[in-house]
Amino acid sequence: MPIREKTQLMSASEIERTLVRLAHEIVEKNASLDRLVLIGIRRRGVPLAQRLAYNISQIQQHPVPVGILDITFYRDDLSTVGQKPVHTATEIPFTIADKDVILCDDVLYTGRTTRAALDALFDHGRPRRVQLLVLIDRGHREIPVEAQYVGKYVETTDAEIIEVKLREVDQMEKVLLVEKTD
Amino acid sequence: MSNAAMPKSLLGIEELSASQIQAILERARIFKPVQTQGRKMDRLKGKTVIHLFYENSTRTRLSFELAARRLGADTTSITAQSSSVQKGESLLDTLNTLAAMRPDAIVMRHSASGAPHFLARHLATTIVNAGDGTHEHPTQALLDAFTILEHKPVLNGLTVAIIGDIAHSRVARSNVLLMGKFGARVILCGPPPLLPPELKELSPCVSLCHSLDEAISGADVIMMLRVQLERQNEVYVPSTHEYFQYYGLTLDHMKKAKPDAIVMHPGPINRGREIAAEVADSPRSVILNQVENGIAVRMAVLDLWIGPPTQPDPEKTMQPQMNADERR
Amino acid sequence: MLLIKNGRVVDPSQNLDAPAQVLIRDGRIAKVAERISAADAEVFDAKGLIVAPGFIDLHVHLREPGNEHAETIETGGRAAAAGGFTSICCMPNTTPVNDNAAVTQFIVETSRRVSPVNVFPIGAISSRSAGERLAEIGQMHRAGIVGLSDDGRPVMSSGLMRHAMEYSLAFGLVMIQHAEDLTLTQGGQMHEGVQSTRMGLRGIPGSSEDVMVARDILLAEQTGARYHVAHLSTARSLELVRDAKRRGLAVTCEVTPHHFTLCDEDVRDYDSNYKMKPPLRSRADRDAMIEGLADGTVDAIATDHAPHAGSEKMQEFDLAPFGIIGLESAVGLALERLYHPKHVTLSRLVNLFSCNAARVVELKDRGTLKPGSHADVTLFSTDRAWKLDANQSASRSRNTPFDGREFRGGPEATIVAGRVVWRRA
Repeated sequence: MPIREKTQLMSASEIERTLVRLAHEIVEKNASLDRLVLIGIRRRGVPLAQRLAYNISQIQQHPVPVGILDITFYRDDLSTVGQKPVHTATEIPFTIADKDVILCDDVLYTGRTTRAALDALFDHGRPRRVQLLVLIDRGHREIPVEAQYVGKYVETTDAEIIEVKLREVDQMEKVLLVEKTD
Repeated sequence: MSNAAMPKSLLGIEELSASQIQAILERARIFKPVQTQGRKMDRLKGKTVIHLFYENSTRTRLSFELAARRLGADTTSITAQSSSVQKGESLLDTLNTLAAMRPDAIVMRHSASGAPHFLARHLATTIVNAGDGTHEHPTQALLDAFTILEHKPVLNGLTVAIIGDIAHSRVARSNVLLMGKFGARVILCGPPPLLPPELKELSPCVSLCHSLDEAISGADVIMMLRVQLERQNEVYVPSTHEYFQYYGLTLDHMKKAKPDAIVMHPGPINRGREIAAEVADSPRSVILNQVENGIAVRMAVLDLWIGPPTQPDPEKTMQPQMNADERR
Repeated sequence: MLLIKNGRVVDPSQNLDAPAQVLIRDGRIAKVAERISAADAEVFDAKGLIVAPGFIDLHVHLREPGNEHAETIETGGRAAAAGGFTSICCMPNTTPVNDNAAVTQFIVETSRRVSPVNVFPIGAISSRSAGERLAEIGQMHRAGIVGLSDDGRPVMSSGLMRHAMEYSLAFGLVMIQHAEDLTLTQGGQMHEGVQSTRMGLRGIPGSSEDVMVARDILLAEQTGARYHVAHLSTARSLELVRDAKRRGLAVTCEVTPHHFTLCDEDVRDYDSNYKMKPPLRSRADRDAMIEGLADGTVDAIATDHAPHAGSEKMQEFDLAPFGIIGLESAVGLALERLYHPKHVTLSRLVNLFSCNAARVVELKDRGTLKPGSHADVTLFSTDRAWKLDANQSASRSRNTPFDGREFRGGPEATIVAGRVVWRRA
């Protein structure tokens, strides 16, 4: 699919500043960090969760466990036969029962990913509370899902695509708005 | 007897020998006047005792705290309400925190059988089991024996009837094991679903029966257990009302008991549930003695496990009078 | 080409127990004979070893997808190879449950890529193993499942079990039941008996297994389905299976090494490595297992390998999850408990680990060394001394009560499709 880069929404330093702000927001909205765990949704939610946990530990001298959730098998467009789903490991080596979970993802769009993530999460245990954190909220929800922590709201059209690039995954760091041109 | 003769931790009556139990009871006798006169000793000065209570039990906790403070120990209490134990923190995490506090003893109450054993396996600290699940409650059995011996010359040859939810009672288990070591007979009595036949195998001294009258007819000691029927999800008996009709101890029953039989209860009592108020408050009831003796017995346990090897001298006390905050 | 020389070939599928050579070509068994000339073949010296058709474990939990911190298809596969198994059947209680073709296919494809041994998935009987409605059994069958089970979550509804049995007939799939009536188990932690009473742990009565096995046998009789009792553990259930076999029903069962080795009296000090489901039963039950393994009532030995990460087992006994790992200790335990005390012959042992197991899930051309079959071969010793070191396990988990146990005899090499995938160092 040919795409055209339209504009850069965030630079590397803007992403970093945003994550510091979000870490502060998490600390403010969670009176106690004892039950807090961050769960990154594969793939780009994972480095976000890890960086946020680091930022929180810098602010509060309190370690926050980080887990990784793969939601491949929970997607609602997973057809029964003929697909080759790419599943990578889920790594939640601690109990999430009765914890305050913050799910972290890069982009919030239709909400379907979040729904899948919630299904996957609840198969692992029953958290006390689940909040959602995204770097970019681009609107166009098809499911009633909202994020409690948002890095940046972006107005988009259906033809546009948000590309989040993080150094851990993409060896570069920026957020781009691109457009399908067919 | 020196500390070395005791196991590292007090996890249950099962691990104690009759002579070790006797040593505890003897020491409790030394401490009893100290305790009843509200005096304090410095045998545990500089020692730290942590009371780790995962299950709500104000009575047992206060009894242990008071015992520790009477001997001059520093005490800290961690209860399920005040600590992170309810926040989904695992026992393993708590354990590491505890180890860092370097206590000399941890007194532990937990709703899971074997939880103190788990702690004892992973910590070098002395653990005192203050009740684990449906397993054991050793200091309760010790204080029961102590109380019985204030009314009866020896345990050997006595008949002790224990009545109630035996299946889920740590008090019953510890008492059975203790009485078995001293040649007393134990009759366990309760509705059949709460009286599994395997209980007979706990000790050769045990017999089972389903009739209250039969159980108490020849008994020297009648021990009623607290019944918490609402705690179980499953149905063992139809109702508390019907339970009381068949297994509640009333004055009528007492007429069939030996004239010198004593009535005991580990508390707290549900009057009208397992025991009629008139019985609980009758002269044959030694329930209040049990509470009082609890402190002396727990002093003895702490002293024998973490105190100095010397014999305590009850005359060497610090304050003759009780201070206000301990009187509560 | 690979030529296995100097070994003693024990293959009950051909009534063979003799010194012989085995020639492997293109991943298949080419020939088994006293002397084979194949000058260009690579030689495997099996001096002093038993050469047997590849061992098959009917009951393994691989934890992937979803709980990869405890085990993956790769690490579980490597543990299997190190335990002498050439094929394993993995239970569907992953996260999510293997109740649809996408998960089945993922397991099949991933294992082809990363596992040294063959992995055959078992599909869920009911959707999410919730026991409410049937899973898409046909789709999973097409994707490669070899049997059906809601292992870990027994099918409580007799009605659903009946229809599942009927439906299984369309695909010829065996129904594998984790036989446990949950209303009798009621949060139990260990076998109900003197030891549970002593320890103050809630009991799991033997009857919780027996009533389920009895019900299922009646339903199997009614529907004509093939029925297999997973990890059978009580003398009474064994009686029921024995009787069903006598009446000619297609009923089979497996027993785990821990159930023929340990009993409830071994549960000590609240060590959660002795906590599993079904629980370690009474001494009499354990002895009955050995009898059943010897007299042919028990069809197969299966490990119920159930990895749990260290932190999960490091809990109060009440809270710790059920299950132990078992792939690497199975053969050693079978030799120790069954072969050395002369309860079973070597040929019977190989039957239990291989030929019969292949029959239970109808693995074609496996569980035999007949020419043309898959070149899956297990080589083991009956007397070499070795010690199990859980920390050296290929599994990601360490939850075993057998850590440090010294064995006399055990797996020495594992050959899958003609390739040596593991050799004792």
